[in-house]
Amino acid sequence: MSSRSNILAAVLANQPDNSPLPDVSIFNDLYTSEDAVERFIATAMGIGSSVHRVAGIDEINKVISERFTHGPVVSNLSGINNALAVDDDNYHAADVELSVFKVRLAVAENGALWLTEEDIQKRVLPFICQHLALVVNAANIVGSMHQAYERIGNARYNYGTFISGPSKTADIEQSLVLGAHGPRSLTVFIID
Amino acid sequence: MKQSTMDHAARANDFNRDEERVNWHDETLWWIRQKRDLSVNRLPEWEELREAASQIKHNALSNLHGYLQAFEANAIANGVKVHWAANADEHNRIVHNILKSHGINRMVKSKSMLTEECHLNDYLAENGIEVIDSDLGERIVQLANEPPSHIVLPCIHKKKGEIGDLFHRHLGSAEGETDPQVLTETARQHLREVFLTRKAALTGVNFAVAETGEFVVCTNEGNADMGAHLADVHIAAMGIEKIIPLRKHLSIFLRLLTRSATGQPITTYSSHFKTPAAGKEMHVILVDNGRSTQLGREDFRNSLKCIRCGACMNTCPVYRRSGGHSYHSAIAGPIGSILAPNLDMKQHADLPFASTLCGSCSNVCPVKIDIHDQLYKWRQVIVKEGYAPEAKKLMMKGMALTLSSPAFYRFAGKAGRTVMRLAPFAAGNKLNPWYNQRDMPEAPAQSFAEWYKKNRL
Amino acid sequence: MRIGLFIPCYVDQFYPKAAIATLQLLEKLGLDVDFPLRQTCCGQPMANSGFEHLTGGCNELFVDNFAAFDYIVCPSGSCTLHIKQHLHSHKNEAAATAIRGKVYELVEFLTDIIKVKHLEASFPHKVGLHQSCHGQRGLHLSQMTELVAAPYSKPMQLLNMVKGINMVPLKRADECCGFGGTFCVTEEAVSVKMGKDRVEDHVVAGAEYITAADLSCLMHMEGILRRQNSPVKVIHIAQILNAAL
Repeated sequence: MSSRSNILAAVLANQPDNSPLPDVSIFNDLYTSEDAVERFIATAMGIGSSVHRVAGIDEINKVISERFTHGPVVSNLSGINNALAVDDDNYHAADVELSVFKVRLAVAENGALWLTEEDIQKRVLPFICQHLALVVNAANIVGSMHQAYERIGNARYNYGTFISGPSKTADIEQSLVLGAHGPRSLTVFIID
Repeated sequence: MKQSTMDHAARANDFNRDEERVNWHDETLWWIRQKRDLSVNRLPEWEELREAASQIKHNALSNLHGYLQAFEANAIANGVKVHWAANADEHNRIVHNILKSHGINRMVKSKSMLTEECHLNDYLAENGIEVIDSDLGERIVQLANEPPSHIVLPCIHKKKGEIGDLFHRHLGSAEGETDPQVLTETARQHLREVFLTRKAALTGVNFAVAETGEFVVCTNEGNADMGAHLADVHIAAMGIEKIIPLRKHLSIFLRLLTRSATGQPITTYSSHFKTPAAGKEMHVILVDNGRSTQLGREDFRNSLKCIRCGACMNTCPVYRRSGGHSYHSAIAGPIGSILAPNLDMKQHADLPFASTLCGSCSNVCPVKIDIHDQLYKWRQVIVKEGYAPEAKKLMMKGMALTLSSPAFYRFAGKAGRTVMRLAPFAAGNKLNPWYNQRDMPEAPAQSFAEWYKKNRL
Repeated sequence: MRIGLFIPCYVDQFYPKAAIATLQLLEKLGLDVDFPLRQTCCGQPMANSGFEHLTGGCNELFVDNFAAFDYIVCPSGSCTLHIKQHLHSHKNEAAATAIRGKVYELVEFLTDIIKVKHLEASFPHKVGLHQSCHGQRGLHLSQMTELVAAPYSKPMQLLNMVKGINMVPLKRADECCGFGGTFCVTEEAVSVKMGKDRVEDHVVAGAEYITAADLSCLMHMEGILRRQNSPVKVIHIAQILNAAL
């Protein structure tokens, strides 16, 4: 017999009687969306992100031009000054200074933003760039992870990731260092 | 990795020769426990979340046969190649064969306790394949030729001076450099070159969703994603107990996992891998290695609920003062002590005794594993299976005999509290380990029973 | 209401003052207390070492001694918990089951059954309260710091009735002292280190006495204090609650 059938047979023989699933919908309404933006900002800043509430693309460009001047900028958002399109062939991912992505979901309780392959096209881009900027509409910030997965629902995605803050490590004597392997900073723009 | 035959107590004794280091280790882990406390106390629904997670895991284990097949079918439909490994050896061979079929002899790996359990790195090295661990802590212990001492914080036992020395010798950092910022930057540059040049990446799996065939990998550093996205071949290794039924259940587990582990509200990256990227390959290896046996042990199957947060280690007063290596098992601490005897009872017969049964581990466990009760139950099994030391058996039989007989107990007691010499802490003479650093209470003139007879009867 | 006094073996032999204080305290509250003379031990030392199968003799003896009482009261959380969780009888399982439901640790008996509101006691000293794990996490004498739940403490509820007492705050409110039964000798290095750290917390907080509802923990800590020639003393909670004005 194959290992597959051996394992499945052993599991079937040894698994206990059915234990029912709990109702997890009880957690969905614990957090209102009213103060979600304020809570998102507090949490995101607490874990090392910088957050800007902006009216539109001009303010985003202003912040970017002041802070990121050392290399190529790549974005899925039109209107970012001097940005290359994600599918442009004229850059190496490893050289990217800043990636800017518009995303469709963010979570107040943990400062995380949800990106899918559809948003970013190249999976490695939000990781390999030196700095990352994510843009989200205020209306798309939900209170909790329960509400986030309610929004995601049965959506089809090939790859998706929650990103909360810059890449970090505390492996050396629990000293927090930003910029482990991925972006050294995360800038979040909230469009009201 | 070197494996000596010393038991937990002997290794813990070695660890305690440097009391300052023990204090530092204890305080560091206690600080993480405190961060965990602060974080979980921000969620009034915390205990309900733990209960929900526990129930979901019970459901998953009780329907594992069906969920595994659903996961497999969905993953295959997503374009993932699914493999089944009955044991560590088969798991290692599967990884090797995937690499061989692509002519790959260098691989980058993110954190996977399962591959530690299977000793994958050693196996691949023997077969001429170089593996570089990309989690900073894992890279550090790899350079030191040591196993991780903690499942979430692999080099929590190492001081920055020791890490600086390792980096100076292996990665060319300046001699005497101990600044964590500088050392981390050194590792970043070194590992970036590795990520960009490896054609295969292996990651662990935190959760695998039966409903969709996707799996989730959580890191703070981004190393799993860097490795997987830059390689042509992504291999994900998972124990069969990592299955959860529905995607929406991820909300429960992702809320619990990192708050329990480090006090963060979530890891920096929680990546959901569903299909391979265009032109690339993705493999999932479903590993049993004793898990189906544990599933059949009624008293111990709940250990399979574990989501590897490490909270039980951080809170364990014994772990904090004995270090992860004292457990001589891939997974240290309280949870390791209830998992390891299932794999090899004789080799790990000491581990369930490396606890005071204080119960703190069960209280911090985000999926409500009754860890300390299982430690007690393993002790009974280990003794019954004949793995107790002979001297201990004799002592216990002597105690049982004396304490079953009021007459013998009273007689012995009259003869200068001699009954208590049968007690392990008082046994006999100054060679008893009790006396190394502790005194005994002064024997009173009369026992309570003697006082009672004089004063109340 | 007839109360059977269950005095653990090591308390009988080494700490008779704590047993006397327990008896006197219950008598002061007007209770009818009897001490069955044929009692020995609850069997926990064997059971926690993996030899629960050798505790049959202790179990039968326990049932014989205590089946007839309305309540069984014991000045040890650990021994009480062991009886609650593991007492069984081949001869009379019904009696064993009944005992598991009517055995109480002293503190919880006073707060939950007798519902003591007032004590005539005085102890004008600085005291640190050690939370013994089996009493706390097993019998729930106090809230546990790991849980997200409202705090309470039955020992503190009683200690607060004692005149002149000054309870000192600890850095780690409910960390284990490292006694752990046979653990104290089989894992001597860690056991001692845990004990030293626990003692240090009380000493730094300025305690003159360390108290607890379990003498096994106190015996361990006393062993360390005495070896250090420390002036800090250990005392069972019954002795404080019974301390005369």
